[in-house]
Amino acid sequence: MAKYLLLKHYRGAPAAVNDVPMDQWTQDEITAHVKYMNDFADRLRTTGEFVDERALAQEGTWVRYDGEGRPPVTDGPFAETKDLIAGWMIIDTDSYERALELAAELSAAPGKDGKPIHEWLEIRPFYGHAPTITE
Amino acid sequence: MDEALLRSLLPAVLGILVRRGADFAAAEDAVQDALVEAVRVWPDDPPRDPKGWLVTAAWRKFLDATRAATARRRREDVIDAEPEQGPASDTDDTLQLYFLCAHPSLTPSSAVALTLRAVGGLTTRQIAQAYLVPEATMAQRISRAKKTVGDVRFDQPGDVATVLRVLYLVFNEGYSGDIDLAAEAIRLTRQLSAVIDHPEVAGLLALMLLHHARRASRTASNGSLVPLAEQDRSRWDTRLIAEGVEILQAALAQDRLGEFQAQAAIAALHADAPVAEETDWVQIVEWYDELLQLTDSPVVRLNRAVAVGEADGPRAGLKALAELDDSLPRYSAVAAYLHERDGSLRTAAKLYVEAAEKASNLAEREYLTRQAARLNN
Repeated sequence: MAKYLLLKHYRGAPAAVNDVPMDQWTQDEITAHVKYMNDFADRLRTTGEFVDERALAQEGTWVRYDGEGRPPVTDGPFAETKDLIAGWMIIDTDSYERALELAAELSAAPGKDGKPIHEWLEIRPFYGHAPTITE
Repeated sequence: MDEALLRSLLPAVLGILVRRGADFAAAEDAVQDALVEAVRVWPDDPPRDPKGWLVTAAWRKFLDATRAATARRRREDVIDAEPEQGPASDTDDTLQLYFLCAHPSLTPSSAVALTLRAVGGLTTRQIAQAYLVPEATMAQRISRAKKTVGDVRFDQPGDVATVLRVLYLVFNEGYSGDIDLAAEAIRLTRQLSAVIDHPEVAGLLALMLLHHARRASRTASNGSLVPLAEQDRSRWDTRLIAEGVEILQAALAQDRLGEFQAQAAIAALHADAPVAEETDWVQIVEWYDELLQLTDSPVVRLNRAVAVGEADGPRAGLKALAELDDSLPRYSAVAAYLHERDGSLRTAAKLYVEAAEKASNLAEREYLTRQAARLNN
């Protein structure tokens, strides 16, 4: 078993195949999309592979320490060119292949004209535990 | 076993322990332990006097814990002091407990957590689930909160306004996880209104009931948000509305207006309209004016602009909006709505997209995106 982070981007990912923003879809297309995403997560819950999912707001700022007694320095909101993560799902699967398969399924969520978006998702393995038996 | 009934006994039980000389933090732990035992034992062996049972059980837990700790001397002091504790009523104890858990020295999140546990009788795990944080984090938050109020005297007069703010926060979290926070907030506000006669307590209770009455109609079967004007009013809970209106009227009759009563009055006017088109927007604007006198909050001004748009037309609404800071949350959403009503559909669609980008929750983001899509198609 290993955990993988599936990252979805507002921007910064390569363009999807069916790359039409949601405000250009019909109501039914939006409904179908939302249902697909919810069903996907629900199914992973029943297969025992779901860990967590969260969505992030469409804003972000860089921040860093600027020395004793000084307020933090900020830079932002992020410039238009900056990667902007939209959210994540964490899954726990038996193999990397299975994780890829699930990510691909998520990327097939329907968009404009009910066709798959083919959205690019980023998949990142978590570090695991050091094994108990080492020799 | 009625768990809500069981939990409603806890403030009085905790009050008795504290008056017997137990310090608040230890007493609160002991009461929680007694609650767990009650849940385990009562179904097979229901007590004749539930409160008496809880007091005995909690006091025993407290003594056990104190004995186990190194504070033996202190325990003896406590027991020595016990007979000197003067009599006080359950209602006093309950009220004092609300004050303590919403003490001004606590941060809002600490006050909320402590109130839900010590007054509400929820377990740390339940509270953690409701607020989507790990149980250990919530345990730490509660334990720090208890330390913060550790030196506060139990019989000090408190501020009702701070208690109401905490209950309002709980109600507004709504529903996540197994615990229905809105229902719990109503239960706690109802319990508070039983021990103190205060028009703003009644006002907040009325406000909660009137909003809760619309809950079933606020989400569509697919989980998306349904705005007030489009809600199926036959699904509104008329019993809750009637109760809310009655409580509000009694509060207003006391002639000590406050912001919760004014907000409840606005909710009551919405509840009163059989169809959205019959909403008395003129009166709603008047109530927003009252509310502004009380709070002068930019959020109220924003909501007032919507009401003005309905009462006097979208141009008037846009004019009221123009006086506000456009960085306010939901400013773009209100602007989009008013522009749409004014017939500027392209501007409205653009503003809906902008509003969706600024939304603070997913349901709202989806709703606003749908509005843009509706105009673009």
